Amino acid sequence: MKYIDEFRDGKTARVIAAAIAAETRADRRYHIMEFCGGHTHAISRYGLSDLLPDNIRLIHGPGCPVCVLPIGRIDNAIDLALNRGVILATYGDCLRVPASGGLSLLKAKARGADVRMVYSSADALKLAQDNPEREVVFFAIGFETTTPPTAVALLQAEKLGLKNFTVFCNHVLTPSAIANILESPEVRLHGTVPLDAFIGPAHVSTVIGSQPYEHFAEEYEKPVVIAGFEPLDVMQAILMLVRQLNEGRAEVENEFSRAVTREGNVKAQQLVAEVFELRKSFEWRGLNEVPYSALRIKAKYAAFDAERRFGIEYKSVADNKACECGAILRGLKRPQDCKLFGTVCTPENPMGSCMVSSEGACAAHYTYGRYKDATAPSPRPSPREGGERERKADPLSPLAGRGLG
Amino acid sequence: MSNVRKGYIRPVDFKHGRVDMTHGSGGRAMAQLIEELFLAAFDNDWLRAANDQACFAVQSGRMVMATDSHVVSPLFFPGGDIGCLSVHGTVNDVAMSGAKPLYLSASFILEEGFPLADLKRIVESMAHAAREAGVPIVTGDTKVVEQGKGDGVFITTTGVGVVPDGVNISGDRARPGDTILVSGTLGDHGVAIMAQRESLGFETTIQSDTAALHDLVARMVEAVPDIHALRDPTRGGLATTLNEIARQSGVGMMLREEAIPVRQEVEAACEFLGLDPLYVANEGKLICICAPEQANRLLETMRAHPLGANAAIIGAVHEDPHHFVQMETAFGGKRIVDWLTGEQLPRIC
Repeated sequence: MKYIDEFRDGKTARVIAAAIAAETRADRRYHIMEFCGGHTHAISRYGLSDLLPDNIRLIHGPGCPVCVLPIGRIDNAIDLALNRGVILATYGDCLRVPASGGLSLLKAKARGADVRMVYSSADALKLAQDNPEREVVFFAIGFETTTPPTAVALLQAEKLGLKNFTVFCNHVLTPSAIANILESPEVRLHGTVPLDAFIGPAHVSTVIGSQPYEHFAEEYEKPVVIAGFEPLDVMQAILMLVRQLNEGRAEVENEFSRAVTREGNVKAQQLVAEVFELRKSFEWRGLNEVPYSALRIKAKYAAFDAERRFGIEYKSVADNKACECGAILRGLKRPQDCKLFGTVCTPENPMGSCMVSSEGACAAHYTYGRYKDATAPSPRPSPREGGERERKADPLSPLAGRGLG
Repeated sequence: MSNVRKGYIRPVDFKHGRVDMTHGSGGRAMAQLIEELFLAAFDNDWLRAANDQACFAVQSGRMVMATDSHVVSPLFFPGGDIGCLSVHGTVNDVAMSGAKPLYLSASFILEEGFPLADLKRIVESMAHAAREAGVPIVTGDTKVVEQGKGDGVFITTTGVGVVPDGVNISGDRARPGDTILVSGTLGDHGVAIMAQRESLGFETTIQSDTAALHDLVARMVEAVPDIHALRDPTRGGLATTLNEIARQSGVGMMLREEAIPVRQEVEAACEFLGLDPLYVANEGKLICICAPEQANRLLETMRAHPLGANAAIIGAVHEDPHHFVQMETAFGGKRIVDWLTGEQLPRIC
């Protein structure tokens, strides 16, 4: 745990929190979107908003791969598993995503579909090797982080001459989603979603580098700070963004320099370019059709493309009318603004995708932060510390974070 | 159990033999398996009496009874196996009432084709665990299901015990102001199981913590008879168990992250596998809730016992109509420690 604990140190956090408090200007607000679900999770899990001044608002972005997967695509995967007799291999997070007809991959599994949870694309490949008489489809999802491993699995399958392995490709691209948010009427015209700055992706940026964000900083004049997924990374990034905004700068800065370079991982980029090409358009849950925002398998590797082998036809399916996932993914609403939140839609029975993955804004708020919505008298946390109200008034008190002893 | 004349019986082939349907048919093969395996291993007067039930004198006072089915996969894991786990699990469930566990029953569902050598290993491990705990297995049952309809072996154990006078331990007795203690490091069992799953190829030295806790409980009850609540945080881990107690007692809780003991290896493995140690199962740990003035006494008692060496005070109970279990993070923020959603690990006990 060395090298990780250092980035979770409470003392350092309070030093950074003090710096943020000292440098934020009282006469303005700071609207910062963390694009990635990984950041959303860290913010909720470590209670970071408790350490920030009231005029900094964190907006949870759409960077949760499970959350943006449209229902129609999951329907396709369920159909493959339930009606086409394949072994469908996918990441654990995908299993509970609600699809049409009250189904999910997990429920399809209970009805006899052969759905297997894997930790990596290599596990899916191994399933194909171990079950030569069965068709194995890897339901591939995710941003640029999970795309290179899918490319590797596909190239390996070719090398091994596997005839029973295909990939149902749903890989999506981060920069297109950021551009879509910045181009949305809410942000660009109406200003209903004030958006001042971005915390840039951590793992995605290790692959694509920091260079792709330069366009956003220049064109839209929004500062971007690429940050790691540890809580101190996020705190430091917020401080750097506050400084940029105060000074009127809009640059790409790299807080996550221990892993991200300007160029990114060139080898991984080459692998992706070898196997995949851009789709003209792809539907995102919450963002609708986004042009050139996803990848498909090149014709050269058609033999490994599940869409071609099984003739998969995509049909768009609308979300539940009351579900606010779309607005939440675009930063228009907060989870607690949704009527379904915590009543009909809970982590046990998710209606919308934001409630499924632990990286989803709704699941994170439900799991870690919903006590803030409770109207109960504030609990007395411990004999040595005041109630919540007292804490809020002075988040930097030397007692903050200490309690029982 | 029939008294088969040994001279005319070919002994069970525990080296190469496998369970077949006759082992559950009620005929000679079943009688032989019981005699040569279960009776030989568990050996006691009740089993030797060869009745369909065990008969024992009843003590005065309050009796407790608990049952637990075990379906863990893999059957053998670092630090234990399904056999000892099935003894520890039920002994602990009985002990969490403050009771002294007295007797166990064991019921086996075997899958056709299961190697008898593995079954023998499991039964001997059970026998060893029962003897070590001083709790005899006095009655049992064996059924065989066709291949593909089980997963090797499932074991259900039931235990009875007697609660000492003046002890009233229950999950609904946590009161605002109470202190929350834990007997040692969290997450060892779940991570040991997870690391063993073949698909992961993940190597660690982490061992399951599976252990019978009744002796530790006896010492604790002796030191502080008025313990309010005890529970072993098995499936769902510390987080889920505390949520159960918070709901039962109608209270809230505040934990302090820095005080919660987690082995560094377990923390690292959890980090790697995307798990939260607070939700990972334990099989040899207990959570104790008591009045604040008793906490230090209990902590000392726990630490003096080999199974409580890493005991710690991890938080306190407060009033909260929402029954939230919350935690002050090591980072200085606050968050909910919620019920487990979905499942973290498949079949861990």
